[in-house]
Amino acid sequence: MATKSLKARHNALVTDNKQLEILESGIFENGELPYFKDKIAQIGQFPLRPKKLEILQINVGYMCNQVCEHCHVDAGPDRKEIMTRETMEQCLEVIRNTGAHTLDLTGGAPEMNPNFRWFVEEAARAGVQDFIVRSNLTIIRANKKYYDLPEFFKKYNIHVISSMPHYTRGKTDKQRGEGVFDKSIKALQELNAVGYGMPDSSLRLDLVYNPSGAFLPGDQSALERDFKKALMEDFEIQFHNLFAITNLPIARFLDYLMASGNYEDYMYSLVEAYNPSAVENVMCTNTISVSWDGWLYDCDFNQMLGLKVASKIKHIKDYNEEVLTDRNIIVSQHCFGCTAGAGSSCQGSVT
Amino acid sequence: MADSYYDPADLRKFGNITEWSEELGTKFFDYYGKVFEEGALSAREKSLIALAVAHVVKCPYCIDAYTKDGLQKGITKEEMMEAVHAGAAIESGATLVHGVQMMNKYNKLSM
Repeated sequence: MATKSLKARHNALVTDNKQLEILESGIFENGELPYFKDKIAQIGQFPLRPKKLEILQINVGYMCNQVCEHCHVDAGPDRKEIMTRETMEQCLEVIRNTGAHTLDLTGGAPEMNPNFRWFVEEAARAGVQDFIVRSNLTIIRANKKYYDLPEFFKKYNIHVISSMPHYTRGKTDKQRGEGVFDKSIKALQELNAVGYGMPDSSLRLDLVYNPSGAFLPGDQSALERDFKKALMEDFEIQFHNLFAITNLPIARFLDYLMASGNYEDYMYSLVEAYNPSAVENVMCTNTISVSWDGWLYDCDFNQMLGLKVASKIKHIKDYNEEVLTDRNIIVSQHCFGCTAGAGSSCQGSVT
Repeated sequence: MADSYYDPADLRKFGNITEWSEELGTKFFDYYGKVFEEGALSAREKSLIALAVAHVVKCPYCIDAYTKDGLQKGITKEEMMEAVHAGAAIESGATLVHGVQMMNKYNKLSM
């Protein structure tokens, strides 16, 4: 189990941004597998264009209490990139005026940003319809100062979306670190205790499942059924929906694929599972991703690849929704991850 | 030509069998796909049956395919190994039950 980010290990994948080079060469360059742009061109979707903006996703920092093996953000305790209050002010200005109905805070562990609570309070005042915080669960049990997070989330009617790789201890700890399973279970029970995830409760609690290895997620509804049954029987835990998310070949997951000799097979799996009907609803068509330092991206994955939006407007301080919507979305071969099978997005499958 | 009979990369080419007999290949893959859909048995249960059979027929391609399929469906390694034992038990039982035939023949031939 890694304890440091790739960045802290000076891994060339992230320090020299070798990732795009890898995704553009090899089995794609030699014609074994098609380029993503050629695949979507066959259905008249290249260049891929945004539709109406629905989700503003803000990454408030790469710092995290965990060092998950599959993390595409390469987050960890050693990452110091944290959104400043000044950038948050710029985000708030946008949140107050956007046409998007969903605000989605992510990280890292967003709660570790020292201005997190202030930001949530201010953003909640803007009256967002669906206000999501992506919480890794263990943060709630990581330190006393986080123990009241369930109550805090409840106070602002936050929609909590949490990662839970499996309903068994072994698989969860292998992906996310020793002890993560027990802490996550405890955190889920605490969220349930204040009303989160209960049937008919307006306090939304959804779980994110992503595979712990070089394979694709199975059918989302079947997995949801299995998770619900197991978590209820073993721990009396309830939640609303399970989102099955495909791991994209970026940062630590790409590093894992290459080191384990699974990269080519995994890319084959993604391309073989390509589903043209998923292209219609890929999340980059209705989302804008904002990085900790205020730059704008088509999605969180492009953010990690350093691919800023192809628009005159590239920073939150210059934000203009109309100009931004009139752009071409930047694609590469990692995009096959969002169009495989039932499709994948931060909101789960897309078909 | 590869210098061994089994090449993991050949599994990806399975669909190519349709090229030399389109009607039969297409019918087979349609049937195959239908078999593994949710039905009276769940797709999860069918995946475990497929894994057990894969071992009994000793098909390396099928073992790779249904180990991965099981992972995708969230099946645990304990469940997978039990399925393999179920297959192995039937296979060894099928051998051992012939022991009755041996006993019958032995008794018939013996005074």
